[in-house]
Amino acid sequence: MWAYFTRRLIIAIPTLWVVITVAFFLMRLAPGGPFDQEAPLPPEIMANLKAAYGLDQPLWWQYLNYLGNLLQGDFGPSFKYKDFSVTELIAQGFPVSIQNGAAALFIAVLFGIPLGATAALRQNTVTDHAAMTVAMTGIVIPNFVVGPLLALIFGIYLRDTMFALPVAGWNNGALPNRILPVICLALPFIAYIARITRAGLIETLRTNYVRTARAKGLPFRTVVLRHAFKSAMIPVVTYLGPATVFLLTGSMVIETIFGLPGIGRYFVQGALNRDYTLVMGVTILAASMVIFINLLVDMAYAWLDPKVRYE
Amino acid sequence: MTSVLEIDGLTVSFSTPDGDVSAVSDISLSVDAGECLGLVGESGSGKSQTFMAALGLLADNGTATGEIRLDGIDLLSASEKKLNTLRGERIAMIFQDPMTSLTPHMKIGRQLSEVLIEHQNVDTKTGWARALDMLNRVHIPAAERRLDMYPHELSGGLRQRVMIAMALMCEPEVIVADEPTTALDVTVQAQILDLLTEVKDNLDAAIVLITHDLGVVAGLADRVAVMYAGRIVEQGTVGDIFASPAHPYTQGLLACTPRLDVETEELITILGQPPNLQNLPSGCSFHPRCTYVVEQCKSERPALEVMNNGHIKACFRPHVEA
Ligand SMILES: Nc1ncnc2c1ncn2[C@@H]1O[C@H](COP(=O)(O)OP(=O)(O)O)[C@@H](O)[C@H]1O
Ligand SMILES: [Mg+2]
Repeated sequence: MWAYFTRRLIIAIPTLWVVITVAFFLMRLAPGGPFDQEAPLPPEIMANLKAAYGLDQPLWWQYLNYLGNLLQGDFGPSFKYKDFSVTELIAQGFPVSIQNGAAALFIAVLFGIPLGATAALRQNTVTDHAAMTVAMTGIVIPNFVVGPLLALIFGIYLRDTMFALPVAGWNNGALPNRILPVICLALPFIAYIARITRAGLIETLRTNYVRTARAKGLPFRTVVLRHAFKSAMIPVVTYLGPATVFLLTGSMVIETIFGLPGIGRYFVQGALNRDYTLVMGVTILAASMVIFINLLVDMAYAWLDPKVRYE
Repeated sequence: MTSVLEIDGLTVSFSTPDGDVSAVSDISLSVDAGECLGLVGESGSGKSQTFMAALGLLADNGTATGEIRLDGIDLLSASEKKLNTLRGERIAMIFQDPMTSLTPHMKIGRQLSEVLIEHQNVDTKTGWARALDMLNRVHIPAAERRLDMYPHELSGGLRQRVMIAMALMCEPEVIVADEPTTALDVTVQAQILDLLTEVKDNLDAAIVLITHDLGVVAGLADRVAVMYAGRIVEQGTVGDIFASPAHPYTQGLLACTPRLDVETEELITILGQPPNLQNLPSGCSFHPRCTYVVEQCKSERPALEVMNNGHIKACFRPHVEA
């Protein structure tokens, strides 16, 4: 199996190259450029700027040049944040996003799975309906509504109580500053995970092997935890793959609402500004994470279902 | 001889969005230790649900009334906790579909040993050792290696052997085998039937063999009960049922059973469809399909009547001994 995963890592290199190539040329297809402004720059200044960043060269040359720099671990300078290299920007933003994302993911799993399992075991009771209504609400109300709402409650209404929380800024990662964004980020994921867990467990509880386990006289707890749970988790793991990528690469909405210096904001601003190198850097980072997390998900499948074997 | 399992006036019904389904209506049965009872009937006649009720495994929309006693203990009124001390330990069930009846992510050894660990408080090591014994007893080749395998690594026939081994782990007083061969290849079917015969000869357990195929029952059962639309329509020794079937339905089933001694070109089937359990025919449920139907059959339901030697039938037509 390890040979298989090593091979997958090697195959990842051409995959990444395709992603880089497509992203590179797509960026350039978009109208406008990094130095466009409200008032157009004088042509000679524009020409100087372009020459300084190599944008006056033919596209294929720029592409090869970019690849060459990449191979040396150089993501190039940001076109917009002029004093920073892309590597520096990512090194600044990524830890913020990844910490918030990982915390949100942890909370989503910690609450989502028990919530969904409880609902499944009390299927069609008041508990079930209440849990699923809350989950549905969590899914349909968007982040950009929940965020300001939480900010309003904890930042304004509860301002003078012990529950007051800062509503913006990172403050070097002080715990109170993280609470609201992480909750806001986690809420819809708690809801999704609860729903998927519930559906998976209900389906598994109907299987013949669960019937066999009950016919053996095992206590229901044991039946659920030992015989039903693993299979019920397969759809959850499937969902967790893309969810993890989404959470770890930073949410532009959350980072904007709570004023966090994360990577999600850089990505969106970079795209709007045609900050070619910054967008490329974040894209490569995200693509690498997709590849790596898919690998983890596939490993989890092998653990959950012994029928899955990798040669 | 005393009966280990007695079913008395059992009725099982399911509530569904379009009305109640009466899967089992007022049936009574009993099995003695060391005896094998064959329970025969077309698919949907209520055979499985009768014993699902006994093990407390009815679906949530199902209710059972009447009495099912295991060695005097009423199973229908027993708490889930009490049932768990009996299931697997004193009454065990082998299910129809070995391909889906084992937990896919657990090793065979663990699935077998957990029965003992649960009921007899043995440690893991003893549990696995006994599991190995049991695999040998059901003639699984290379048993030691199989303990560490997952179900998907075994063939259907081997998996059914594992299911049988699992049922035997605690040497229960009652073993219910629900269509144990239906899902298997013909050659494997014969092997599994041989194994069940061996189990019957070596243990003093009461065995209930559920099947839609009278042929399966012939070699194994001592007595046969025939079910139609949730009721017992005939019951007797295996000899009486085969030599002198009294109910037209039993006669039909026998005619459908392929026989090795008579050459037939095609399979005979009983004409018509099994009835809709939500809307059973008046009188005798079998009358719309019966060749001997008379007016009385349409309005009145025949009660079970004793003929001789415990041979009973529910039919108005006088029985002529063959
Ligand atoms: N959960 C359920 N809800 C409604 N009807 C059911 C349910 N389970 C079983 N039945 C019905 O009960 C009848 C008897 O089923 P069963 O005992 O499984 O038949 P068989 O004789 O083939 O074993 C069938 O018609 C089946 O459709
Ligand atoms: Mg059945």
